[in-house]
Amino acid sequence: MNYGLTTWFPIAVTIGLVGLIVLTMVTINRLIGPRPPHTSVKGEAFECGNPPSGSAWGRFSVRFYLTALLFLVFDVEVVFLYPWAAELRSLGMFGFVEALVYIAILFVGLAYAWRRGVLDWS
Amino acid sequence: MRRRAHTQSLLASDSGVTIELVIGAIKAVVIVLLVLGLTTLMLWFERKGSALIQDRIGANRADIFGLGKRLGMPNFGVINTVLADPIKMFTKEDFVPDGADRFLHGLAPFLALFPVIITFAVAPMGDILKIGKYQIDLQPANLDVAALYVLATIGIGVYGIALGGWASNNRWALLGGIRASAQMISYEIAMGLAIIAVVVTYGTLDLQQMCRAQGGVWFGFLPRWGILLQPVSFLLLLISGMAESKRVPFDLPEGESELVAGYFTEYSGGKQAVFMMTDFAEVLLVAVLITVFFFGGWQVPWLYRDGFHFPGGAAWPLPNLVVAILQFAAFWIKVIILSCLQILIRWTLPRLRYDQLMRLGWKGLVPLGLLNLVATAFVVVAAGGK
Repeated sequence: MNYGLTTWFPIAVTIGLVGLIVLTMVTINRLIGPRPPHTSVKGEAFECGNPPSGSAWGRFSVRFYLTALLFLVFDVEVVFLYPWAAELRSLGMFGFVEALVYIAILFVGLAYAWRRGVLDWS
Repeated sequence: MRRRAHTQSLLASDSGVTIELVIGAIKAVVIVLLVLGLTTLMLWFERKGSALIQDRIGANRADIFGLGKRLGMPNFGVINTVLADPIKMFTKEDFVPDGADRFLHGLAPFLALFPVIITFAVAPMGDILKIGKYQIDLQPANLDVAALYVLATIGIGVYGIALGGWASNNRWALLGGIRASAQMISYEIAMGLAIIAVVVTYGTLDLQQMCRAQGGVWFGFLPRWGILLQPVSFLLLLISGMAESKRVPFDLPEGESELVAGYFTEYSGGKQAVFMMTDFAEVLLVAVLITVFFFGGWQVPWLYRDGFHFPGGAAWPLPNLVVAILQFAAFWIKVIILSCLQILIRWTLPRLRYDQLMRLGWKGLVPLGLLNLVATAFVVVAAGGK
């Protein structure tokens, strides 16, 4: 049946509307906004008035990468727990204990990162 | 299953499908327009509310040809917010710095706004509205995995911000962008854990079913709202939601005393307006999620499908249309109240430091969320799974 189409269609409409809104806002700005001449000084990246020192696309603190790695582990954990959460009532005590083991294993990972100081930013 | 059968009965003919699609489109348009309107309302609340909190007067100058003054009306800054601010924004130059990636710089505002707005498509605004032979479910998209859909759309929200910061090729913007990414992904886990605890409580991923489960009363008078079952989860969702919306006290990605304006330093005009809209739409989104999970969604205390049944035993039967309107109004009133709560918090608390922010997220909310989840699951299983 068309169950899928009628269910997801409103979301497709919303996506189209967002596109329309953003396009309208940018287009209005293009139409009525001023277009003063472009100079090389104006095109510089804003660094509080100092001449910019090269491109910003360089290296940055490794802590952000570590956070992203931790996030991957725990977000996947969360996503895996969703079907379990919805079906917990029929799984009963067995399902609860199994998920407890799963959560405990990942919690060891969090404790390890904690001990290694990955979570300390100061 | 019940709903699938119901949908199939509606789809008995081709015209049934067309009408179903039209109804779906109307619901989607209604919710997007409502969100846009409420975004403006929040902007006004923020301007006048912050003035009230800080003992200032706030916006009170803009007027159309002095009309309000001539009619002797007090100026509440409505025209400032609704008309003057947008006009000022749209008459700015649409500027892209020389070193920037022009395509990604233009794409980022769209990527920031789009996940926020499409999440509203699963917001249940009411129960069933009967018009003729049609039974309209007042949830724009009746997904049975709506809770998972919410987590997914909130998850992609980080792209627009990170990309906006990176594409500008500006150090402040880049720092703001990566700070925002680290903050949003950290608090997303706490948010996911808070939502899972709610899913365990109701045993469904369907937001509409969750709202229905919150109907009825305990002890004859107390509405069965989720906050009484999941108070810890409510706090987790409120805190992590505020962190996701990147506003004070979690506004490090755009902390103007450190990073100029953070990830939208190099944005101006319409694109900047889109980023601002995203901010307020996120406030509304957090309010919608909290309403649905913890404050009964569209439930009005003591109101059932056939009318009011007051605790004393008195009843007041109402037609379906009135019930639907009351539910619709109740939902949005709750959303507005919770948005105002967020604005109040935003203008009350000072900003956190970055290490405090990360400590709160990883060492506070994540373990608390796991603990809350395990405790909830244990109680549900021990209670025999109903």
